[in-house]
Amino acid sequence: MNTPTVQTYMSKQAGPLPFCPGCGHERILKELDKALVKLQLDPKNVVIVTDIGCIGLSDQYFATNGFHGLHGRSLTYATGIKLARPELTVLVLMGDGGCGIGGAHLLNAARRNLDLTLIVANNFNYGMTGGQHSVTTPFGGRTATTPGGNVEGPLDLCATVAAAGASWVYRGMTHDTDLADRIVQGIRYPGFALLDVWELCTAYYTPRNEMNKRELMNLVNATGMRTGLLVERQRPEFGASYRESSKSVSRRRSIVIDKAFDSGLDRQVGIVIAGSAGQKVKSAATLLARAGMLSGLDATQKDDYPITVMTGHSLSEINLSPKPIEYTAIDNPDYFAVISEEGLKKTRKWIGRLPETCTLYVDESLEIPDTRARVRRIGLARVTKEIGKLAVSWATVGAIVADGKFIAGQTLEQAVIRFQSPTVAPANLKAVQMGLGLTG
Amino acid sequence: MGLEFIEGNEAIARGAIRAGCNFFAGYPITPASTILSNMMNLLPAQGGIAIQAEDEIASIGFCIGAAMAGSKAMTATSGPGISLYSENIGLAIMGETPLVIVDVQRQGPATGSATKGADGDIQFARWVTSGGLPIIALCPATVAEAYELTYRAFNLAETYRTPVFVLSNKEVSMTCEVVDLDKIDLPAPANRRRPLEGAAYNPHQFERTAEVPPLADIGDGRVTRYTTSTHNKAGYLTAEPEVIQEMIEHYAAKIDSAADDIALYRQDLQQGAETLVVSYGVTSRAARVAIRQARDKGHRVSSLVLQTLYPVPERILRRAMQGVRRVVVPEMNLGQYRYDIERLAPAGVVVSGVNRMDTTLLPPSEIEFRGQL
Repeated sequence: MNTPTVQTYMSKQAGPLPFCPGCGHERILKELDKALVKLQLDPKNVVIVTDIGCIGLSDQYFATNGFHGLHGRSLTYATGIKLARPELTVLVLMGDGGCGIGGAHLLNAARRNLDLTLIVANNFNYGMTGGQHSVTTPFGGRTATTPGGNVEGPLDLCATVAAAGASWVYRGMTHDTDLADRIVQGIRYPGFALLDVWELCTAYYTPRNEMNKRELMNLVNATGMRTGLLVERQRPEFGASYRESSKSVSRRRSIVIDKAFDSGLDRQVGIVIAGSAGQKVKSAATLLARAGMLSGLDATQKDDYPITVMTGHSLSEINLSPKPIEYTAIDNPDYFAVISEEGLKKTRKWIGRLPETCTLYVDESLEIPDTRARVRRIGLARVTKEIGKLAVSWATVGAIVADGKFIAGQTLEQAVIRFQSPTVAPANLKAVQMGLGLTG
Repeated sequence: MGLEFIEGNEAIARGAIRAGCNFFAGYPITPASTILSNMMNLLPAQGGIAIQAEDEIASIGFCIGAAMAGSKAMTATSGPGISLYSENIGLAIMGETPLVIVDVQRQGPATGSATKGADGDIQFARWVTSGGLPIIALCPATVAEAYELTYRAFNLAETYRTPVFVLSNKEVSMTCEVVDLDKIDLPAPANRRRPLEGAAYNPHQFERTAEVPPLADIGDGRVTRYTTSTHNKAGYLTAEPEVIQEMIEHYAAKIDSAADDIALYRQDLQQGAETLVVSYGVTSRAARVAIRQARDKGHRVSSLVLQTLYPVPERILRRAMQGVRRVVVPEMNLGQYRYDIERLAPAGVVVSGVNRMDTTLLPPSEIEFRGQL
């Protein structure tokens, strides 16, 4: 069965094009229509994405899918559409204004190389809002906002996207006789393709700057911005690369924890560990929570740290309870451990108001403020010396559990053996066992 | 599955996937970044797309494009990112786009404290974009609720063709809790209503104002249109005041008229209570402890915990406020949701807040004392 030839991709119901007499946009749309007729794509599989500016009115004049979005953001919608439906042909129409406000998207679309075709209707000013200057206004160009002539230099869109990695870049004029063929090439190119099409804005830029066809060509010479097919190279297309690389992503396994031990705990206990980034405070807190779960307890872990990664304090609050835990912070800790200067600095005020019911575990090297808490000194220097400095948090939870006895010491050991990777488990187990001996 | 010890952000990611999410785009920001990394871990492995965009505007832009091409899409950020989403959220409302937006709230304004929690974006979510049209916002209090409400957010987005917020907080998203995700009761997954085969299609076709139009995905065998500009039911630009008014009323009515169906809450009313505590999010956990302590002392206090913040569950709130003399609203901000309660309170009922925005959780003792429970 022969599919009937599509004679035009322009919509019959939308009426005549709305552009000013002589505006280049009409010509671009007609050349785009010719290109689509040459390609004979199914209109249902073509999406024309536009944004704001006169060229943004274009999509509704086509009998294809149309998507008219926010100023300068058309490449983002096009990216989402193309990633979701790789089989669609996604065309983007932007003005030079959109290239300014959406500059980040332009650079990144070029860099990413998803199979999109972008046609920029470049008339050197904002035609919809009164002829203000844009990122492509030539030096000296007169616009509504450059009454003394533009003193900013113009952005070379082609060179910019080429530098960002674009692999198919063309510059032409609306009067070029091969524009439709160039659009066909751009659409066929399997990657990001840019057509920077220079044109006249007969409402604003042309009368203010005595612009005409010849002056457009002079501008090419004056700016040194070349025309024609400027870049054509092979690069992996993003969508295909993404799907290929996804095959190698394997889902992380979940850790399921069933009750294996009994706990005599009949109340909620709150444990605070205050140390430094890089001391594995959070990981040791998680180990304690998991040991609690092995003992059939509910557990929560709330962490506090600054925005830095390998520096500053690291503080974890762990609740364990035979009943569901509601409030996750710990206002009156039962067990409180301070294992570094940074942890001490962060919790100095807190230590000052700890209740008598709290046991405070402090590394022997630290000088603590006055406190009502029972103080237990722990010798973490020996742990560092024998196992390494990453071992102190594991040893600390061991010390707390051995002394507090709210769960059995072996649950900590089992939590290491069952839930930690074989690469770290032996050292951590040794640290936990050493910790169990520090206070036990 | 069994019991796991996971943080709220992992629960959000897994709730999304359970709901059928197959497209995620995000930009790194504490405390939402681990949603991005979890989606990167989970989605590609099962054929979905998870992508880090160049900025927040692109993140939500990718999602809107994908959603209109048939994906169940989600993005996640924190307050600074919501500021950048603002205009595109308006677009999603205008185009009736199903979309889930997670806001893991942190201490603001501006950059604020990246690693600290707050509930500072409550009214921001409601009035997030120009035009003032309604959105849906759910607010989890626990890791389990983060899973459940994210799942439900997808169903609401699909059912009502609208952006839906999950208003989390660092204190839920980055706190670990014990959960068994398979034991959480969930409704069947909902999918957008699609147009009938062969029938004429308009992207915004409705007969009743509150009706949610069927949605044809881009690329699904018919030509469709989407636009940010004021348009008619066919998706073509219009300047007809009657048509514009009809469309605007439609966007509002489809959400507002469904408030009872969207309302999720937990109510613990006490006979003869003179005080009602209305709470949401992580603060509701401290509120419940405070209420229990007050009751232990012989005081009568009722509790209403809202999981749906918008549309405001007005009927539920009005009913809960009947017969009380005081309503106490504890919040991790300077008093935001309180305004929505004040406008609904019967004459003579005093609505007061217990507020704190210093990056720490509101403790039960403070809610009990300052709320005079």
